[in-house]
Amino acid sequence: MKHVLSALVQDQPGVLVRVAGMFTRRGFNIESLAVGRTHIDGYSRMTVVVSGDHSVVEQVIKQLRKILEVVSVQLLSDSPSVTRGMALLKVNAGERRSEVLKLAEVFRANVVDISEPTVTLEITGDDEKIRAFTELMAPFGIAEMVSTGQIGLKRGSATIYQFRECGYYEQNVL
Amino acid sequence: MRLSGAAIIVECLKEQGVDTVFGYPGGAILPLYDALLAAPILHVLTAHEQGAAHAADGYARASGKVGVCIATSGPGATNLVTGLAAAFMDSVPVVAITGQVPTSLLGRDAFQEVDITGITMPITKHNFIVKDVKRLAEILRYAFKIASSGRPGPVLVDVPRDVQTAHAEFTPAVPSEESNAPVPAAQAQALAQAAAAISQAERPLIVVGGGAVTAGASREIRTLAEKCRIPVVSTLMGLGAFPASHELFLGMTGMHGSKPANNAVHAADVIIAVGSRFSDRVTGDRQRYTQGKILIHIDVDPAEIHKNVDTHLGLVGNTPAIIAELAAACKAKNLAGWQAMLEKWRNEASFVYREDTLNAPWIMRHIAAQTADGSYVYVTDVGQHQMWAAQHLAIEAPRTWLTSGGLGAMGFGLPAAVGAQFGVPDKRVIHFAGDGGFKMTGAELYTAANHDLPIISIIINNNCLGMIRQLQHVFFDRRYTACALKPVDFTAFAGAFGIKAMVASSPDEFAQAFALALKTTGPVVIVANIATDDLVTPMTVPGTGVNQFVSIP
Ligand SMILES: Cc1ncc(C[n+]2csc(CCOP(=O)(O)OP(=O)(O)O)c2C)c(N)n1
Ligand SMILES: [Mg+2]
Repeated sequence: MKHVLSALVQDQPGVLVRVAGMFTRRGFNIESLAVGRTHIDGYSRMTVVVSGDHSVVEQVIKQLRKILEVVSVQLLSDSPSVTRGMALLKVNAGERRSEVLKLAEVFRANVVDISEPTVTLEITGDDEKIRAFTELMAPFGIAEMVSTGQIGLKRGSATIYQFRECGYYEQNVL
Repeated sequence: MRLSGAAIIVECLKEQGVDTVFGYPGGAILPLYDALLAAPILHVLTAHEQGAAHAADGYARASGKVGVCIATSGPGATNLVTGLAAAFMDSVPVVAITGQVPTSLLGRDAFQEVDITGITMPITKHNFIVKDVKRLAEILRYAFKIASSGRPGPVLVDVPRDVQTAHAEFTPAVPSEESNAPVPAAQAQALAQAAAAISQAERPLIVVGGGAVTAGASREIRTLAEKCRIPVVSTLMGLGAFPASHELFLGMTGMHGSKPANNAVHAADVIIAVGSRFSDRVTGDRQRYTQGKILIHIDVDPAEIHKNVDTHLGLVGNTPAIIAELAAACKAKNLAGWQAMLEKWRNEASFVYREDTLNAPWIMRHIAAQTADGSYVYVTDVGQHQMWAAQHLAIEAPRTWLTSGGLGAMGFGLPAAVGAQFGVPDKRVIHFAGDGGFKMTGAELYTAANHDLPIISIIINNNCLGMIRQLQHVFFDRRYTACALKPVDFTAFAGAFGIKAMVASSPDEFAQAFALALKTTGPVVIVANIATDDLVTPMTVPGTGVNQFVSIP
């Protein structure tokens, strides 16, 4: 079972190591981890996709909350939410370029570069869409590929800030 | 006030009420040492930085205050690692301050540069490297708060040399009093359910762990136990949270737990666990541990609930307050059947102390009797002697039993005893070590001698790594390897530090030596020679049921 977690963290040096280290040390399986800045200075947002049963996710959330820079943790996958990731694929289209472009159009993938034998495509979507598109491109020959981890937000007006708003250094120091 | 970083550290230590620090100097921490010179803080120079870390830990365990240790960069910092890990595993509040190469040299593999915040990340509650002197005071205050609040733990603050010499404005601040958080109203329902489960239980049992000592919940636990006549067992770390002499006390539970205690755990229908993290040494098979019973788990750390065992009711937060509320809500019930069962196990397990030859259980019992009406703190190292001490010392009060439970670090004992003796100077520290572990950090006799600490060190000398030998005896078909120890003249070793030492090879000799030791005012060592093949019993097989005792061949 896959779960998507979102964590609001203080942008301190070492916070990524601390979070990633906790996952490895405790043997949690992360499928992806994405970090990026937010509209508020000094804070980053992490999206983590973990696999495991319900009790594993509960432990993950609790262990995340024990990390001092972690301000708030939200489970995205327990209610309607949007998740997106992006991938860039360099496909050996060769003679079959028009075929590749057609499929790209169906998936709303953007062409970002074309060279003699290759087409580079940018695709955005949830995990499944990216996987499906990758599988579709495989027979043409994928020269190389890179993808981001999934990022996500809950649908509706709920935000991560409503969960626990904490000032700098004003956290629960468990 | 404009102060140097080093002076700011000293001011922050004073603010926190620190009277003693344990440390070892080196180039990268010299500015701090210079500032400490004029401070009203006692600096205790240990023989090794590991000793400084264990001493800070022992100081904290015995006194309940935050222990402080100081080391230089590189090897000084890495030498702290075992001590910090021991404090981390047992949730002990320690603040470690390390020197670091100047910020301009960070990341260049400078002389004595190690990434100590990287190294200690998994064994500290939190750690910092301070790169700006303007943030030094704020970070140090925060370090003390983190170390001592919630579930305590060690915090390391790494201070580059140039940050110690740079200047910044310093404004004194008084540390805010820790507020005693009330039990969250959200837990009212769980609390009522727990009270109902306890009131209806046929075979209720309280398990106290180290968290019960840390939280200072002894009085509340006793109220609950006495009101509902609930028997109590303790983990290795919980000893002292409930008086061993109490009629409701069944002894220690776990791998070397007593039969009545482990049988009671197995048979109980409702367990109230207070501040226990259900270590594998306590539970054996985690699934079997909870089968057929309701487990009520009270802990300050929400992540402990459901971590190792399936809990039915988790109560999180201010432990004494939760237990007080439980005690008020619970109803006493006739538990005659349960009491009869326990009484039967108790009678079957009554221990016969051999008096013909010197043996560790007898020594522990003798010391318990001789020190029963005094103020003593008992500190152990790790091994067979630790288990014998846990089983037979009959610990009566919290913070008088100090042992490395989670990490099980040999070498913990003597330096922790040194720290404890500084932490509670009006109590006398009795320290137990094996002949193996004593060789690891025995050099801290230097520190004990230097400060004329009245520590009584008892070396349980079995000429072997006894616990290793026991494991090989039971699980490796008596194929003993790497566990025989050549005799060492520990009296000569102690003598090298100017410490009086005595040797005892019979109960009579031991009684005499111990009586003499009690009369001395400074450090004293007793070498107690016991048989090599004595084994710790009872014993369960790791990973099986708590009531599955091995029959030792
Ligand atoms: C630092 C460290 N190394 C190794 C061990 C593994 N170990 C546990 S008990 C033990 C033997 C201890 O021997 P001794 O100090 O003589 O005590 P005894 O068991 O004989 O009482 C060993 C090697 C440990 N716990 N800690
Ligand atoms: Mg030994």
